[in-house]
Amino acid sequence: MGSHRDLPAGMVNHIFTDTGSSSFSEFVRSHAPDLLPGRNETLAAPVGDQIPHATTIVAATCAGGVVIAGDRRATSGNIISQRDMEKVFRLDDHSAMGIAGAASTGIELARLYRVELEHYEKREGRSLSVAGKANRLATMIRGNLPMAMQGLVVVPLFVAYDPNGDSGRIFSYDVGGGPYEQHQHHAIGSGSIFARGSLKKLYREGASPEDTVLTVLQALYDAADDDSATGGPDVIRRIWPVVAVLTADGYRRLSDDEIAENVEAMVESRKSSPDGPTAPLR
Amino acid sequence: MSIPFGYVSPEQQMRDKADYARKGIARGRSVVVLQYEDGILFVAPNPSRALHKISEIYDRIGFAAVGRYNEFEALRLGGIRYADINGYTYDREDVTARGLANLYAQNLGQIFTESLKPFEVELVVAEVGDTADEDHIYRLTFDGSVFDESGLVAMGGQAEAVAGRLKERYRDGLSLADALQAALFALTEPGGERPPAGQLEVAVLDRNRPHRKFQRLAGPRLEALLAGSSAGEGAVDAGTAEAAAPQDGGSQTPPTAPEGEIDTGSGG
Repeated sequence: MGSHRDLPAGMVNHIFTDTGSSSFSEFVRSHAPDLLPGRNETLAAPVGDQIPHATTIVAATCAGGVVIAGDRRATSGNIISQRDMEKVFRLDDHSAMGIAGAASTGIELARLYRVELEHYEKREGRSLSVAGKANRLATMIRGNLPMAMQGLVVVPLFVAYDPNGDSGRIFSYDVGGGPYEQHQHHAIGSGSIFARGSLKKLYREGASPEDTVLTVLQALYDAADDDSATGGPDVIRRIWPVVAVLTADGYRRLSDDEIAENVEAMVESRKSSPDGPTAPLR
Repeated sequence: MSIPFGYVSPEQQMRDKADYARKGIARGRSVVVLQYEDGILFVAPNPSRALHKISEIYDRIGFAAVGRYNEFEALRLGGIRYADINGYTYDREDVTARGLANLYAQNLGQIFTESLKPFEVELVVAEVGDTADEDHIYRLTFDGSVFDESGLVAMGGQAEAVAGRLKERYRDGLSLADALQAALFALTEPGGERPPAGQLEVAVLDRNRPHRKFQRLAGPRLEALLAGSSAGEGAVDAGTAEAAAPQDGGSQTPPTAPEGEIDTGSGG
């Protein structure tokens, strides 16, 4: 009878050992640490450009929610390593994240974070608050800092619909964590400078989700226009950006047909004015 | 051959433990789990809004329990950890109710044989599939026995009577409103008063939901369903109540405990 007396109520499997917290990643750390991303092993040499990197993510708030979009390109140095990568992830009904930086770590991080949110919700019977989710992600990013110093830099852009206030919220991070709440709009990744410039001019406060989708598509196009690592819409292969809208109704990823329609109209109008729509001067 | 002082035969020990667990479980109220056209319905009379008897384990898997709250809560949390870590290690579809039922069976069995006090719990682990044929409902008793149930399960206090009443009303492919009515009929003693919506814990595993199939039904939606119509559901599928014959595919009245005589401890 002795050996598993240290487990709660005589249970035989360590799955029943309570870590005393509702955090999934803390449980993984005690139960199966190998599964965690951002382990503290250091690499022999920085990998930098040799592994695929995900590039531009843009987000903008709209009436009653937020829109997030990402291009589809992953690059390893000057090579396009994937044309149809997905960098925007649904986390739960009311939140999503996009990743920029080392693709492998980012995908793993998104998977872990999704389970983290669900695990809390199932244990506690309630969802984390938006601020709670944003803070939790910050600690997970900070955990990846040693790897980031070796070139596996990954930063997320976290967006959520906040029922308190019936609005969308955007949080950005750096390799040391965060979060930094951003208002109205934000972009991360290699093309973010160009995307932010575009968003600044095309963002309309309180615009409908449909109009905001057009704004982020324009911003992604502008990013792809000037940044070699950001992929523009691929009309030949019909690969479109991933766009998701988060409102009180939940997370909705736009179908390829919906995006194709918008993108084709945008490409058509850019044929006459290649730099896209202009903002009024006064 | 002399028997040492204080010796209790293993048979006697097991009987005492089983008796103890059965009594503990029978004190609580019943929980019923049954299939309906879009998945699996869980119904439990439960005045508490905070302490759940029914809960989500994973995308397709739900959990229901009767007995001692602290004991089945430990099992529930362990189940969530098991599911989350397996889904994270492999893929979300690699988490199955069968694996979870095995984990519970191992632990309950071990506790029953090795601990002084067995768990006073009975569980249902249910998984909703893409079609009704792929649904799985496993019932686990305090000694780690697993029963693969089809269609319906009742457990807890007066489980046999509740299961009997449930079989009267149950048939394949009930609409959600009809399945809820059948569950309430089963949970209400003849001549007794039906529990009001506020005293009910109701949840479904709905195969038509995207992502996570588990959903609690409460508030206006539950009241609309209880009002007897399928209004809350959109689908109207009443008028076939006369086809209430028990399912031939249904299981025998589920025992709440392993078979065998109960020793009263009176030495007779």
